[in-house]
Amino acid sequence: MRLDLILRVGAKLILPFILLFALYVQFHGDYGPGGGFQAGVISAGMVILFAIIFGVRAAKHVAPPRVVEMMVPGGVLIFAGTGVVSMLLGYNFLDYTGFAHEFLHAHEWGILIVEIGVLVTVCGTMIAMFYAFVERGRT
Amino acid sequence: MSSLSWGTAEPHLPILLVVVPLFGALLVTFLRRGILAWALTLAVTFVLPLIAISLLAKVLQTGQPIIYEIGNWPAPIGIVYKVDQLAAYVLCVISMIGAVIMPFARRSIAAEIQEPAQSWYYAMYLLCLTGLLGIVITGDAFNAFVFLEISSLATYVLIALGRHRRALLSAYQYLIMGTIGATLYIIGVGLLYVVTGTLNFDDIATRLGPAIADPGYRNAVLTALGFIFVGVSLKLALFPMHVWLPNAYAYAPSVATAFLAGTATKAAIYLFIRVIFSVFGIALAIDSLPIPLVLIILSIAAMFLASFSAVFEENAKRMLAYSSIAQVGYIMLGIALANEASLTGSLAHIANHAVMKTALFLALGAVFYRIGSVMYDDMAGIGRKMPLTMGAFAVAGIGLMGTPGTAGFISKWYLGIGAIDAGHYSIVFMIVASSLISVIYIGRITEVVWFRAPSESAKTAKEAPLSMLIPLWLLAGATVYLGFDTQATVDVSAKAAEVLLGGIR
Repeated sequence: MRLDLILRVGAKLILPFILLFALYVQFHGDYGPGGGFQAGVISAGMVILFAIIFGVRAAKHVAPPRVVEMMVPGGVLIFAGTGVVSMLLGYNFLDYTGFAHEFLHAHEWGILIVEIGVLVTVCGTMIAMFYAFVERGRT
Repeated sequence: MSSLSWGTAEPHLPILLVVVPLFGALLVTFLRRGILAWALTLAVTFVLPLIAISLLAKVLQTGQPIIYEIGNWPAPIGIVYKVDQLAAYVLCVISMIGAVIMPFARRSIAAEIQEPAQSWYYAMYLLCLTGLLGIVITGDAFNAFVFLEISSLATYVLIALGRHRRALLSAYQYLIMGTIGATLYIIGVGLLYVVTGTLNFDDIATRLGPAIADPGYRNAVLTALGFIFVGVSLKLALFPMHVWLPNAYAYAPSVATAFLAGTATKAAIYLFIRVIFSVFGIALAIDSLPIPLVLIILSIAAMFLASFSAVFEENAKRMLAYSSIAQVGYIMLGIALANEASLTGSLAHIANHAVMKTALFLALGAVFYRIGSVMYDDMAGIGRKMPLTMGAFAVAGIGLMGTPGTAGFISKWYLGIGAIDAGHYSIVFMIVASSLISVIYIGRITEVVWFRAPSESAKTAKEAPLSMLIPLWLLAGATVYLGFDTQATVDVSAKAAEVLLGGIR
């Protein structure tokens, strides 16, 4: 029997709540403290905790390096793409007015989408850096 | 949804100039094959000069700056992009240099960088271009810092991708120096923000006048000026702060060197002009700190000492890098003299030097592609095997000396007139004297490549492929063309200089 039983069971219990908290921080960001950056770091923290407890190989099964690598530019693409969509709707770059029937609603939507882009890039970058560090000296 | 046509795109041109290369960079990272990445980068870089030229045409036609409000938030609240004569002109220079290099890049990059890293190279190239164009187009001090960092971070990667192991060390050296420069700049901007409560360049300028009258704020403003002066000077490699440049240029991939030599220091020089003239106003700088005097001394030191270093260099890329430091000296000299003729000369030299130095570095890139070295010993006699490549090198080199009939002469002529107008006759003499040193270092490499017996590697060399020769000769041709038809450089520079100096009085 392995001695890290408490760690394994404890981690399994905590992991979903970390992700839930990340999402709370993400969607609460436009009203209170939080936002895409913090949520990205927290959700990346979940993957890193998973990797520490269950091993990097298992973590790479959950978050494949190829996907992580694509998350980094992908998030920026979501952010910049939001600006381009607003331009296609006939407004200035990153002017969200066209996203909904009235001004405040539209801006809430716009910021929410942009923040998702931030989450994706920050999360991808954190995990990619973690992978880069644990890979050192292995290959 | 409105239809996509030039008419609907036209008001968005300022932001498109930054968004198009940014999108290009992001999409390139998804392409794993070097050739596909190159094709997309080529397409993107060829769109940018069209945007820049139409912006310049519009500004020259109306005489009014183009303002673009991001997110439709007006100036002090949101970030605005502002394209005036000077910005449009520098945008044209940077985007054209970025485009003309790309046909050259495919073979050179394929030879110097391994396949998996090639698409990363192109992504970083576009990201660097995004940052440089952003520095020039933005009207916001903090936004300029962000773009400065974007371009710098991309530059570190570009340099580190060089084949030589010392490329990594050079990139690290530049990273340290560049970070210090950016930090000093942002400290200066922070102080200005404390004093004026705004980050918009124009807004800072209007609020600085009342602020400086208050003795409590005066020192903060002067400290900000000092921090920004040193920070941006580090980025543009003004003489004692140039030590990062020779190694960075020498060990970066050939195409990256050509690109950076033509554009990176130019964007920093633009930022310097913008801050010193449009934000602080040179009058403030003259009255309170001896900035013009310091600049004149450092510029002349750069013109002579860096040129001397170039004379004794054995590595052709390092030789040209030292020459770049000297040329930055000329540009800064014209800025320091701060009259219409000298500023015209400086601004014209931004374009002229970009054209000539890019041509010279591309020629070395072609040599490196064929013989794998740019040391003088290996390049001996290469002129006989690669006459077209080294012919273009000679034309651009003659331009660099400032020979009449080439672009280099035009800018130095206006610099000289500016020095006479300012009453500094000794400076005219020094401009001529330092040009004579450039005759020596260009003459030395000319002697090596044309008149020496071919080295082992030169014996087997062949002429560079057509995809390299065309960009090379385009730039060499431009060196001569800009020496005769000065409408594109001097006339626009004169207008920009007038606007810059007009803002002071």
